Formats: sequence, C-alpha cells, structure tokens
Amino acid sequence: MEGRLEIVIVMLTLVSLAFILELVRRRQLREKYALLWLAVGAVAVVLVLARPVLDRLSLFLGITYGPTTLFLFAILFLLAIVGHLSWEVSRLEGETRHLAEEIALLKARPPTNEPSEDDAPGRPHAAPER
Amino acid sequence: MVPALNEAESIRAVVEGARSVLAAPVVVVDDGSTDATSDLARAAGATVLPLPFNLGVGGAIRTGIHYAVDHGYRCVVQLDGDGQHEPSEAKRLLEALEHEQADMVVGSRFAAGYAVSWHRRVAMRWLSWLVSRRLGTRLTDTTSGFRAMGPRALDLFARDYPLDYLSDTVEALLIAADAGLRVVEVDVVMHNRQGGRPSANRLSSAFHLTRLLLVIFLHSLRRRSGPA
Repeated sequence: MEGRLEIVIVMLTLVSLAFILELVRRRQLREKYALLWLAVGAVAVVLVLARPVLDRLSLFLGITYGPTTLFLFAILFLLAIVGHLSWEVSRLEGETRHLAEEIALLKARPPTNEPSEDDAPGRPHAAPER
Repeated sequence: MVPALNEAESIRAVVEGARSVLAAPVVVVDDGSTDATSDLARAAGATVLPLPFNLGVGGAIRTGIHYAVDHGYRCVVQLDGDGQHEPSEAKRLLEALEHEQADMVVGSRFAAGYAVSWHRRVAMRWLSWLVSRRLGTRLTDTTSGFRAMGPRALDLFARDYPLDYLSDTVEALLIAADAGLRVVEVDVVMHNRQGGRPSANRLSSAFHLTRLLLVIFLHSLRRRSGPA
C-alpha cells in the first residue's frame, strides 16, 4: 500500500511535466511560465519521495497534520500565481487598447461627400476656432 | 469630436449640426458600432476613426484626442452622438475656453432643466461636491460629456485618459486638476436623446458610482504619495 500511492502520484507528476515540456516545444507556452511549472513538478516529486521532509517542516511550523502544510503552501502559491496573472492581463489589456486606438488612427476614413478643403485630413494647423 | 456607439438614428443630425456651427472638421470616433453609424457619419461629412472593437467611451475619446494632437489642432469640442447636446452650444464652450483662459470647459445640463431620477440626482450631486472640492471650482454636472478642451488639456489627455465607463468624465476632471489645469463650467441647452438608449441601468449605475468613489479615493492617495 505504501509504495503504490507514491508510484501513482509520481507518474501523474511526470505526465504533467511531459505535457508542459511539450507545450514549450510547440512554442505554446513561454519559457518563464514553463520554468515555474517545472519547478512545481519537481517540488511535488521531492515531497512524495521524501515524506519525512514534509513532516519535519510541519513539526517546525507547529502543524500536527502533515498534509495541511502541503495545502497551505499550495493555496498560497496558487494565490500568488492568480495575482500575477491578473496583473499580466491588466497590462495586456492596456496594450491591446493602445493598439486598437492606433489602428483607428491609421484607418481614419474621410467624409464620403463634398470633401471641402478644411475636411482634408492631410492639412494640419487649421487651428479651429481660435 | 463625437464618440459614438450604435448611434445610426442620430449621428447624421449631430454631424450636420456640428458642421454648420464650427469651421473645424468633425471627427466621429466609431467605438465598434455594429450598425451604419460609420457610413452615415461619413455621408454627413465627418471623418471617421473606426475602432476595431468596443473600447468604451474613454478609449474613444482618447483616440479622438490623439487624432487632434497628431493633426495639430489646438482645441477640441467633444459632444455625444445621441443628439442630446445642442451643437450650436459648442461655440459657447469655445468662447468660455478663450475668455476665461480655461483649459477645459464642461457644459452643464442642469441649468436647462435636465430631469433625472432622484437616485441619479443624489449620486450626481455627491460626485459634483467631491470633484468640486478637489478642483477648487464649483461644478454641478461632472458626468457631462459635452466639453471643450484647450491645448494643455489635449496634451495631457493624449498621454493619460481614464478608460472605464463614467471615468471618462469624472476621473478626467481629477487628472486635469492634478495637472493644474483650469476647468470651468458653462450652462448649456439640452435635448432629449434622439436615438440610442441611456448607457446604463440602475444596478450598473450603482456599481459604477461605487467604482467612481473608489477612483476618487485612490486619486487622493496617489496625489499624496506622488512627488510633491
């Protein structure tokens, strides 16, 4: 019983790692994120194979039930990632908006009727109403 | 400059009205409309800046301001595409810009008997009070989208314009205040909107009011922590 659970978990972790590597290979995932997830996988494997490490850490933190330590760190870690992704999405949205505005400026379309001279977009410094 | 989203019913009258009053070209920023707004505006004699997707009023306004700055214009009048602003009043905004040495003129709708529901009036009063306190000028209608901007305001807003709904009006005033711009208010005549629908229902208005209060609060924090 001892060994079987560990084997299953290590296998799952290895499959995840392979999946990440495959994504990187196909250039679907930026290396910086790949590194992050590879590190997570490595930590998972270590914790599975070296149960005493987790237990000792729990004892040190004053936690009596080992897995709680694992959940604590897992949740903190995921929160950090979600926070980081929110930040990235905000940044990307800002960039996308800028691009959309630039496109609108590039695609400026002149009036279709009676293009009088002060409507011509090629004539700056008309300084309206001043 | 007219930010417009699906205003096919009214855009023609707005553009023609503005063209008959102002010597300057009329620019319609089409904020991802799915109707014929863009074509109708061009047929009415406006230059159209077509945004590829909907950015919200703030994004549309920033685009229009960019256009003005790129083409060397020194002032811009902004009015809504739904026809609630009387184009002939644009002249009075520009006059105020000149005579009062203001960088920005806001057209207030209240003097002309602008009728709104009570909860909306309370919210607008509150916003006006908060914003007036920061600006040091008395404003009654901080969410009015009928505005004129001078060169200093254009330079500022081309760089930094708030993008969220309603921020385009209220937060822009705060940014102007921080930059030391002079903002004045002028009473303008209002129409009922000729087309389109009011841009928010009650629930989302409440949400946006809350967000604006947060914005005003954050703004005061930022100013305190920023370089003196």
